[in-house]
Amino acid sequence: MKQLEYPYDADYILRKKKAIRRELLAREGIQYIDKKIAILGGSTTSDIKLILELFLLNYGIRPEFYESEYNKYFEDAVFGNPELDDFKPDLVFVHTTTRNIARFPAVTDTPEQIDALIDETMGRFGQIWQALSERFKCTVIQNNFEQPYFRLLGNSDFTNIHGRLNFINRLNDRFCAYAQTHQNFFINDINYVSAVYGIKKWADPGDWYRYKYALSVSAIPDFAFNLAHIIKAVYGRNKKAFALDMDNTLWGGIVGDDGPENIKIGHEDAESELFTEFQQYIKAHKDLGILLTVASKNDEENALAGLARPDSTLKQDDFIIIKANWENKDRNIANIAQELNIGSDSFVFVDDNPVERTLVEEQIAGISVPAVGAPETYIDTIDSNGFFEVTGISEEDIKRGGMYKANMERAKASASFDNYDDYLKSLDMKAEIKPFAPVYMARIAELTNKSNQFNLTTKRCSQAEIENFASDPSYITLYGRLEDKFGDNGVVAVTFGHAEGDTFYIDLWLMSCRVLKRGMEFAMMDELIAEAKSRNITKIKGYYYPTAKNKIVRDFYELQGFTKISEAEDGATEWILDLNEPHKSGNVAIKVN
Amino acid sequence: MTREEIYDKLNEVFQDVFDDEDITVNDSTVAADVDGWDSLEHINLIVAVERCFGIKFTMGETTGLKNVGEMVDRIIAHLG
Repeated sequence: MKQLEYPYDADYILRKKKAIRRELLAREGIQYIDKKIAILGGSTTSDIKLILELFLLNYGIRPEFYESEYNKYFEDAVFGNPELDDFKPDLVFVHTTTRNIARFPAVTDTPEQIDALIDETMGRFGQIWQALSERFKCTVIQNNFEQPYFRLLGNSDFTNIHGRLNFINRLNDRFCAYAQTHQNFFINDINYVSAVYGIKKWADPGDWYRYKYALSVSAIPDFAFNLAHIIKAVYGRNKKAFALDMDNTLWGGIVGDDGPENIKIGHEDAESELFTEFQQYIKAHKDLGILLTVASKNDEENALAGLARPDSTLKQDDFIIIKANWENKDRNIANIAQELNIGSDSFVFVDDNPVERTLVEEQIAGISVPAVGAPETYIDTIDSNGFFEVTGISEEDIKRGGMYKANMERAKASASFDNYDDYLKSLDMKAEIKPFAPVYMARIAELTNKSNQFNLTTKRCSQAEIENFASDPSYITLYGRLEDKFGDNGVVAVTFGHAEGDTFYIDLWLMSCRVLKRGMEFAMMDELIAEAKSRNITKIKGYYYPTAKNKIVRDFYELQGFTKISEAEDGATEWILDLNEPHKSGNVAIKVN
Repeated sequence: MTREEIYDKLNEVFQDVFDDEDITVNDSTVAADVDGWDSLEHINLIVAVERCFGIKFTMGETTGLKNVGEMVDRIIAHLG
C-alpha cells in the first residue's frame, strides 16, 4: 500500500490507522505468513504495536501480539509468565530506550566505578537475552540506545567518561558486539532512526511524562517502519532484484537522442557526479546478492553504448538481464522474472517517469515502485524503504549474481542437445545431501521463507525452529547442495519430517526454482528413503497443500512413485510410499556425496 | 479561524481517529460520549489535533480538559 511506503505521511498513518488496517485486511489474494510477536516494553508500547501491525500486514506478515505489562520487560524475559509461555512467541522485541538506563555516571565517579556501571547495565541486558534464548529459542530484536536530548558536559559529553553520551556510546558498542556474536539476535538501531528524525523532537519529555512513551508519538511510524524492516527480512520478505530504467535514471539525458557522448555520467559536472554516486549505490547491491536488471525503452544498441562509456560505473556485465526495447515495461519485467525464475513481486522498479511507474505498479501486483523525485533524492527514497534489509551477509548472497548468470549459460547449453538426459549428464552434477548442518541453518531458514513455487506444504520456519528440528532425534532433516560444471548453486533443496512409530511424515519439501528439471528432487528422495530405511521406517507419508503459487508440484508425489490416499475439496492431497516395495530412482545424472 | 471552522476540522479528526464517519462533537462532548475514547486513544487524538492545527499543547493543557469545548478554547488560544 502506497501510504505505507517511504516517503509516507506519518501524521496520516497515525490519524487513519484504523481505516488503513481495515483496508489492508480487505485486500484479496494476499498470502500471509502468521507470526507471534511478543513486545516486552520498558515504556508504553500500545501505538508501537498498532502501527507496526500496519507495516507488517503490508509486507504480508500477519502478526499476533503479546504485550508485556507496562515496564515489565525484565520480569517477563527473565522469570517468564504463564501467558507469555503459552503464547510461544516466534519473535521477541525488547523495547528499551535511554529512559530505561537505571543510573548514569555521576561526575564524581571514578573510571573504575563507571566501568563497573557499564558491566552492571550490560549484565542486566545479558540476563534478558540469555533467558529469552533459553526459554523461547526464538528471534530476538533489541533496541539500542538513542542519544540523550541534553548534554550536561556540552561537547565533552562525547569524550568525557562522565558524559551521558559517552556512556550510551559505550553501551551501544557492547550491544553491537553481542549482536555480532549471536545468531537470531538483531539490533533495532533507534540511535540512527532518532538522529534522522531529530534527537530533540524524538525525546519529547511531554509524551514521556504524560503517557510514558519513550519517544514522541509522532515518531512512532518512523520507529515502527524501521523495526518492520528487520522482521520482514527475518521472514524472507525482502526484495530480490532491481529493474532499472536508464535515461534520466542511471544517467542524465536520453542516450538515443543526445548520443552516448552527451549523457550526464562520470565526473565532468555536478549532474554527472550525482548520477555516478547513484550508479555506485546500485552497483554495491550486487555484492549483497541483489540482482541487477534493466527495463528500459531504448534501442538495445544505444542502451549498451551508454553503459560502455569508460566513465560509467555500471557496466553491461553488472546486469543479469538487459531488456532495452519498446515493449511495455511491465511486460519486460514479467519476462525478466520468468527468465530468472523469481516472482515479479520481488522486484524494485526504479524509473524517473511517473507514468511508467504507475503502469508497472498497476500491472504487477506486489512489485515495489519507489516514488523517486529529483535525482538527488533517488538514493534516499530507495534506501529508506529498506527493501533489501540485511540480517546477515551469507556466502550465498555474494555469489548469487554469478549463479543466475551460470543458469543462463546452462539454458544456452541445453539448446544444443536433442536428448534432455544427455544434456543433464553433460552438466557433471555433484550433490551434497546431508542432515542440516550449522553453517547452512540461515540459508535453510531463508529458503523456507522464500520458496513459493516448488514447495509442497509452504511451511515457514525461523532459524531457531530449523535448529530445533535438526537436534530432535525423531526428525530426519536433509539439505541438498548442487554443483555442476557451470558453478555452485549452493543449498537449493530442503526437506524434513518426523517419525512416529514405523511411519515417517514429510513436513516440508522444497526446492529452489534455480535447479528445476535437474533431477535434484529425485536425488533428495533417494537419500530420504535410505535414511528412513536405516531407522526401520516402513512407510513415508507426504502432503501437498495447494497455494496460489505451487501448482508445479501438484503431481510431485505421483512422479516420486507415491500412491494417493486422499484428496480434500481444496485440492490438498495425501500420499503414501511403501518402503517394502522396490523404489525406482528418478535421478539420472547427479552424483551424490 | 472561527469556532465553527475549527469544529469542521475537528469533526474530521474525530472521525478519523475513532474510525466512525458519523461522529460530530460539540462544546459539551465528553470522552464517555465517544465510542473508544479511552486514555490510549486520547493520546492519538491529541497528536492528531496538534498536527491538524499546527499547534503544540503544553503538557498541562492536555491532562485537565473537561470537554471538547475546552479543547477548542485551547486551540483558539494557540492559534492566537
